Amino acid sequence: MTRARLSHDTVAIALGGKAVATALAEAGVAVVPVGSRGLLWLEPLLEIETAAGWQAFGPVEAADVPSILDAVKTGQGHARALGPIEDQPFLKAQTRLTFARCGIVDPSSLDDYAGQGGLEGLKRAIAIGPKAIRDAVMASGLRGRGGAGFPAAIKWNGAADAPGDVKYVVCNADEGDSGTFADRMLMEGDPFALIEGMTIAGIAVGATQGYVYVRSEYPLAIAALRRAIDVARGHGLLGTRVLGSDHAFDLEVRVGAGSYVCGEETALLESLEGRRGQVRAKPPLPVHAGLFGKPTVVNNVLTFAAAPTILARGGPAYRDFGMGRSRGTMPIQLAGDIKFGGLFETPFGITLGELVNDIGGGTRSGRPVRAVQVGGPLGAYFPPALFDTPFDYEAFTAKGGLIGHGGVVVFNDSVDMARMARFAMEFCAIESCGKCTPCRIGSVRGMETIDKILAGTDRAAQMALIRDLCDTMKSGSLCALGGFVPYPVLSAIDHFPEDFGPR
Amino acid sequence: MTTAPPPWNEDRARAIAGDHVAMPGGLLPALQAIQTEFGFVPKPAIAVLAHAFNLSRAEVYGVASFYHDLRLAGPPGRHVLKLCRAEACQAVGAERVADDAKARLKLDWGQTTGDGAWTLEPVYCLGLCANGPSGLIDGEPVARLDDAKLAGLIEGARR
Repeated sequence: MTRARLSHDTVAIALGGKAVATALAEAGVAVVPVGSRGLLWLEPLLEIETAAGWQAFGPVEAADVPSILDAVKTGQGHARALGPIEDQPFLKAQTRLTFARCGIVDPSSLDDYAGQGGLEGLKRAIAIGPKAIRDAVMASGLRGRGGAGFPAAIKWNGAADAPGDVKYVVCNADEGDSGTFADRMLMEGDPFALIEGMTIAGIAVGATQGYVYVRSEYPLAIAALRRAIDVARGHGLLGTRVLGSDHAFDLEVRVGAGSYVCGEETALLESLEGRRGQVRAKPPLPVHAGLFGKPTVVNNVLTFAAAPTILARGGPAYRDFGMGRSRGTMPIQLAGDIKFGGLFETPFGITLGELVNDIGGGTRSGRPVRAVQVGGPLGAYFPPALFDTPFDYEAFTAKGGLIGHGGVVVFNDSVDMARMARFAMEFCAIESCGKCTPCRIGSVRGMETIDKILAGTDRAAQMALIRDLCDTMKSGSLCALGGFVPYPVLSAIDHFPEDFGPR
Repeated sequence: MTTAPPPWNEDRARAIAGDHVAMPGGLLPALQAIQTEFGFVPKPAIAVLAHAFNLSRAEVYGVASFYHDLRLAGPPGRHVLKLCRAEACQAVGAERVADDAKARLKLDWGQTTGDGAWTLEPVYCLGLCANGPSGLIDGEPVARLDDAKLAGLIEGARR
């Protein structure tokens, strides 16, 4: 019997993956539905085990299935044949720690997960206990992968040291930044990594209940995660005795309702409590008074999913990757107008230019690259002149940008940067929670001001006004939505002033 | 084609509310369940939930009106087309696709056709950012959209 793996990632489904699955079933080939390898221009990706090892084919259409199966049988070539997927330069150049299993394992099989190195970290965590877990995470240098880059161990220590019997671990899976999809890919392709990571965090801080807040725009991720949680409960990974230990931990998935600002941790907690997703003033910090007023660790999917590797290999082994104060690997997402888009996990330190040109192959359209937005809708636009910037929290800050959740969106020379600046303000106006004035009113005023610039009404005065407004929003907003929207706006003005002149 | 949601049924709404009252932070999941049942959040559901959760109607309405996903005005069309408007899709021509869709369906964002067949809505990122422009047709993800592909998908959904 031929063994085969077919990507069931949302990307594959959106590009006809279901029809491919049907065609394979009709041909009598049993396929294991897997997540994505992250080479998204090759989706839907099919891997078949042959006498010469696993062979990849992609992008596959349903009509290709008979000829692919023929080619496998006869050992002949095929237009969609890629050879072993591991030989693809895009994969070879990566260091996959968090995404080591994604696209390989059956996301609903705990045996498969454990067979590929899964659960090693949790077993070690149970053996060494809460304090030593937190020390290992501290030694790893792991910083929050959601965007802020706050050291994870400081949060974990804060929640562990906070008084109280009831504590929570909350996963922020409200991945709303355009250009990012790593959380989605991991939840669809290797959900046990997140479950294991959150369980480790639960033991480390003394929490017995965790919540995963997933955005409603990710229905396949929600389904995959819920299925995996059921399997984990059935196998004693979750429950009153985690892997037979004295630690109890369980997880529940909660689904968002289309609000971008709920990706901000305090708005997320409000939403989890069933209220409007409005930002809370800090202090108190969530580690002291978070979900339902209890000490709470809120981390991103990728932060939790890094924990099993750190525990299994030790903090220093993880810390050995990276540069400066950015340690370990970052799952970077290459998106927009890019030839080879996808998930590229690599140690911090790679330059933006290497990512866009060498790894990404430039634009998909073939037009010259004009701008790259890094870090989602609140990230700065960088021109090719800044392509020597290394992927590192501090290096991006020094150039007036941020790496955020690791999304890199490439724009070609047809982009109108004044319109992108206006869109940033428009998006902020649509998604503002309304709690603080600089964001609620400022975003609307910002939109109007850029409209006047576009119309050529009193341009010089409006340009001064937009800078003043950005300054107010930056220092006066309660959270990163209003506080960071000046990044795309001002970077567009500073790096692409010609787009704000007479048209 | 999606099946038409059932008409308002207060007993059913009470049962849904009752299922969520004991759940910590259960109001938002309750509102989502109401919408799953009726296709939107009907006005009388606000009072039912307020009673069940011991909140004021204003508080429940405040939550319901905050979230983009929750529909208060009425159920959507029989088909819902959501198109991504976020930056990564804009970088590969999402605005052009949106203009095509608006012209084809004779709709602007948030509108439903007079015959109740189609609703057009914006969405801000589906996590298909390397394969844009992307969208959802009746909840099914679609990627690498252009006018011709969209026309085929709209035609296919009609059948």
